[in-house]
Amino acid sequence: MPAYLVNLAYLLASALFIFGLKGLAHPRTAVRGNLLGATGMLIAVVVTLADRSIISYQLILAGFAVGGLAGALMAVKVPMTGMPQMVALLNGFGGGASVLVAGAALFEARAAGLELTRQFTVATAASALIGGVTFWGSLVAFAKLQELISGNAVVFRGQHLLNGLGAALCVTLAVWVVREPEAAPAYWLLVAASSVLGVLTTIPIGGADMPVVISLLNSYSGLAAAATGFVLSNNMLIIAGSLVGASGIILTQIMCRAMNRSLPNVLFGGLGAVAAGKAEEDKVYAGKVKATSPEEVAMLLETARRVIIVPGYGMAVSQAQHAVQALAKLLESRGVEVLYAIHPVAGRMPGHMNVLLAEADVPYEELKDMDEVNPLFPETDVAIVIGANDVVNPLARTDPKSPIAGMPILDVDKARTVVVIKRSLSPGFAGIPNPLFAADNTLMYFADGKKAVNDLIHALKEAA
Amino acid sequence: MESLVTAITIFVLAIFVGFEVITKVPPTLHTPLMSGSNAISGITIVGAILSAGTQHTTLTTLLGFFAVVFATINVVGGFLVTHRMLEMFRRK
Repeated sequence: MPAYLVNLAYLLASALFIFGLKGLAHPRTAVRGNLLGATGMLIAVVVTLADRSIISYQLILAGFAVGGLAGALMAVKVPMTGMPQMVALLNGFGGGASVLVAGAALFEARAAGLELTRQFTVATAASALIGGVTFWGSLVAFAKLQELISGNAVVFRGQHLLNGLGAALCVTLAVWVVREPEAAPAYWLLVAASSVLGVLTTIPIGGADMPVVISLLNSYSGLAAAATGFVLSNNMLIIAGSLVGASGIILTQIMCRAMNRSLPNVLFGGLGAVAAGKAEEDKVYAGKVKATSPEEVAMLLETARRVIIVPGYGMAVSQAQHAVQALAKLLESRGVEVLYAIHPVAGRMPGHMNVLLAEADVPYEELKDMDEVNPLFPETDVAIVIGANDVVNPLARTDPKSPIAGMPILDVDKARTVVVIKRSLSPGFAGIPNPLFAADNTLMYFADGKKAVNDLIHALKEAA
Repeated sequence: MESLVTAITIFVLAIFVGFEVITKVPPTLHTPLMSGSNAISGITIVGAILSAGTQHTTLTTLLGFFAVVFATINVVGGFLVTHRMLEMFRRK
């Protein structure tokens, strides 16, 4: 196939990627959008396979078989609660692929004795650096989310210094690759150093900051692909990589804004490593917390006209989404309006709660963003908080010294009655007590999320 | 130099397109957006295919093979899992 036809096919593929992402603007068009993107990928692969310089298809097909099987198994088997881990892994493979492709291109060019341009060497170094950080950073994120290692922030003395040295080492090695691409170990040393940097920079980031990290790694995996595009002088790679890079950056921004924190603060702040003192907790909670029972909550719900459910990571942990949906359905059948309030950083990745609730057949129209739902709380009879903590902590509004000061929160405390389903008074990720739990209009329903909701459904049916 | 400038031009314009398109994605679909864009970043598969197929040296062939595996996981896993999620949003 002549080069211009190949490039036109690549242009078509790039356009399909853009149309595909455009389709994600609405749940109705999203499935088609995803299929358009996949079609673009198919075209790109088929055209590439027709390249005359390919002398053997064995390894390519073997790679397709192994990767396809692994990818398909992961995609079909992963439970919706495990989606953050899955995305973390996919980010990693994207970064890893960039490292390998750029490395292969470098050694091919060297074997062929080609004159290496500055564009080629700079892009190769960038692919190794970004790809290495992405691959290992994503593996650490995966291990944290899968709870193979502690999900908390790992902080130690001299950490920033160590990270700084690691970054300096990476830059030095990158310069070496650029200046002396013929030096055999330079590329692999750079890959090794960026791998270490990826691990070092991800371990200090804990639990609830995960949405930021995953978004950022998502962006890196795109930028690594774009860098590889510069290595291969392939415009399609540059376009596709930039689209993904932009997407990750936007999500990172949204997540940071939703926590009122800057990106450096999330990356280097080490939040979540220290818990609140007992004394501080006693001051907030002592004698003011009212525990409730399913029967009491059922009575409240019977007379309610509007109920807003506020899910958090705890709902994912106890797999309560189906029970929550059943409760909402029961209430709706009795003429109660039920809405879901979704905080942007609820859960462990952007949109985590939405996917869980969609799995449980909750119509997406009932899932409300923070800006949309906050004005509704004062006219809400019962707000049910299930497994959320920091995102409903009024200290964010009132205490400028709090670690979550200024973070936009869901104003559940403005509802007539707040029911908090939670196993104990233990603090959320920010490690601070939550005055909401001790508020006059709050009832604490101490139980596991799923069991609590099921008992509540039972109590409602009994009472009817 | 000329080709580098062209490449940078395309890079910058594509980022602008990305920003325009992605800001219209509603928060409800942010998870499928991530997995779907992941699949797209598996586009490095084209470079991987060429390295695994042209077989310049043993090293580059091996690198190409593993790159094909990684990128295929990304592409197949990414598009499939996105499809699975989006189907849940569509049905009612």
